[in-house]
Amino acid sequence: MRIKFLVLTLALCTLSFTLVFAQSVSSEDLIKNAWEYDGKTVVYEGEVIGDIMRRKEFAWVNVKEGKSAIGIWVPHALLQDVAYSGSYKSKGDTVKVRGIFHRACPEHGGDLDIHAEALSVTSRGRTVTERMNLDKRNTAVMLLGALCLVWISSLFIRK
Amino acid sequence: MILKPRLEDVQVIGYYLGKIIMGIALAMLVPIGIGLAFAETNPVLDFVIAIEITLLVGLLLTKLCFTTKDLNWMQGMIVVSLSWLAAMLLGAIPLALSLHWNSYLDACFDAMSGFATTGLTLIQDLDHLSYTHNIWRHLIMFIGGQGIVIVALSFFVKSYSGAFRMYVGEARDERILPNVIYTARFLWLVSIVYLILGTLALGSTSLFGGMRPAHAFFHGACIFMAAFDTGGFAPQSQNILFYHNFSLEAVTMVIMILGALNFKLHYQVWSGHRKEIIKNIETLTFLVTVMLSFLVIGIGLNQSGLYPQALVFFRKGFYQLISGHTGTGYQTIYASQLVNEWSPLSLVGLMSAMALGGAVSSTTGAIKMLRVGVIFKAFLEDIKRIILPERAVVVQKLHHIKDVFLEDKLARSALLITLAYLALYGFGAIMGMFMGYPLLDSLFESISAAANVGLSCGLTQADMPTLLKITYIFQMWVGRLEFMSVFTLIGVFVAAVKGR
Repeated sequence: MRIKFLVLTLALCTLSFTLVFAQSVSSEDLIKNAWEYDGKTVVYEGEVIGDIMRRKEFAWVNVKEGKSAIGIWVPHALLQDVAYSGSYKSKGDTVKVRGIFHRACPEHGGDLDIHAEALSVTSRGRTVTERMNLDKRNTAVMLLGALCLVWISSLFIRK
Repeated sequence: MILKPRLEDVQVIGYYLGKIIMGIALAMLVPIGIGLAFAETNPVLDFVIAIEITLLVGLLLTKLCFTTKDLNWMQGMIVVSLSWLAAMLLGAIPLALSLHWNSYLDACFDAMSGFATTGLTLIQDLDHLSYTHNIWRHLIMFIGGQGIVIVALSFFVKSYSGAFRMYVGEARDERILPNVIYTARFLWLVSIVYLILGTLALGSTSLFGGMRPAHAFFHGACIFMAAFDTGGFAPQSQNILFYHNFSLEAVTMVIMILGALNFKLHYQVWSGHRKEIIKNIETLTFLVTVMLSFLVIGIGLNQSGLYPQALVFFRKGFYQLISGHTGTGYQTIYASQLVNEWSPLSLVGLMSAMALGGAVSSTTGAIKMLRVGVIFKAFLEDIKRIILPERAVVVQKLHHIKDVFLEDKLARSALLITLAYLALYGFGAIMGMFMGYPLLDSLFESISAAANVGLSCGLTQADMPTLLKITYIFQMWVGRLEFMSVFTLIGVFVAAVKGR
């Protein structure tokens, strides 16, 4: 029993070690060389963007690296740690995913996706606080003045 | 002898252009409302600045050029072509202020792409764009799909004959109702009814697909506007692939087809004449060209063994075809997959569908189904003339709302516009090759821009040469207006320089 426990712990440690230190593949590389990576286990890292879309025990998470984002099909239980997803008002969590890459996933209507086996948050996202841009505010006020001036002068010219 | 445009022409053009610009300013209130609802301060300021500049330009033009005179044909055409340029320049202001575009030219590219319902984009980091800017990107497609002038016709223009001249200048030569202003209002009625239904359908599918309710319906509204107006913008950088949702793809396919149908056909169906759908030459031609191009795409995809399962084949092959044929440009695959994975044969099938487009008086661009049908019928007539005895009287008819005799004038006009489109496709392809891109990529992107489709093989990017960006802007503009009003504008410039 103790041996089994040790082996399991060792296996889990190896998996986490592989996930943390394995070289991740870029989205561009995966999309361009999809035939080469098809059906292989890959490690991919990027920012979670948009809604996390739950589908029963699984969920779709779109993870962006570089210019492109890739859909990750992930057991919902693995997403407990994800707190932020990228939008105008937030920077999403950066996650590292290990999973099987599909060029045209037969299970998901041919989508190019990764079926995640492990997922960890490598960098926490944050809420982006928006401060009013004073230059924009001043420009808006000046333009309003100009607009009123033109409008009032046009009334006089007409008269 | 060429006559120089008179001051009176400039005055009339300026006055009506000013009115249309006021209409554009009015449309900017929508993103401001959305921005306030989502508490997005700086994006709201971007639109406040843009609306003020737009109102200022509109006000100056209407006051300085004030006239009670009506538009003649030349002036109507010029107003239309200039109003599309003005819409691009003014509509790009809030986009450029967001700093999601590398330059004002890039913002202009996207503004023209939006108004012309193309869908090609140069945006950076779309996934972090505000709701305010996102709704504007989609709203300009909704406005552009109906026609910028239609906005003004509905609210500002009271003169019927001048309105009709602008209506024709915007590549809509078919009146649905006898009065062109009522026609414009009918177009809005159809679009708004579909907008409500489409948003509900798309919002619900997104909701069941796991999105949060507010996001689901916001995305639903955006996608509807871009799908019905055959535009192709989407709120996320992965386009439709973001949703991983078959139901949503199916709904968008229906909406894209609805958008590609003639508004006159919508009117007939709404009035209870449902048989018109199966009798109309445009729907029949659309059916035939979809089947033929799907056959070519299917053979090509089968050769490369890309999508072996039937459902996958449908969601990737057929979806891209419907998206391309209707001129929408929604993608469920990545842009680079098109050139890297699709065989040249399947690309040729897709390009042919893109080049043909949807119905006249719809929201699509390209050659259009009525012209394809007319050319085919004219071809049949000529063959019959050769086969039948010389004394035989050959009469060719076609059904488009009513039975029409195929006259030489109709065939000639269809052929001329078709040739002009082919030349425009070729021009863009040559420009692409001139910039060092391969033939197939250049031709694909050129057709996509000129036919206002928006599917991309990856060539359209922020770092592409400036000259190519300008070429595509020109193609989108000319392709959307179907040449005549742009040719008139060029003619007037020539007259201003050379005329007496």
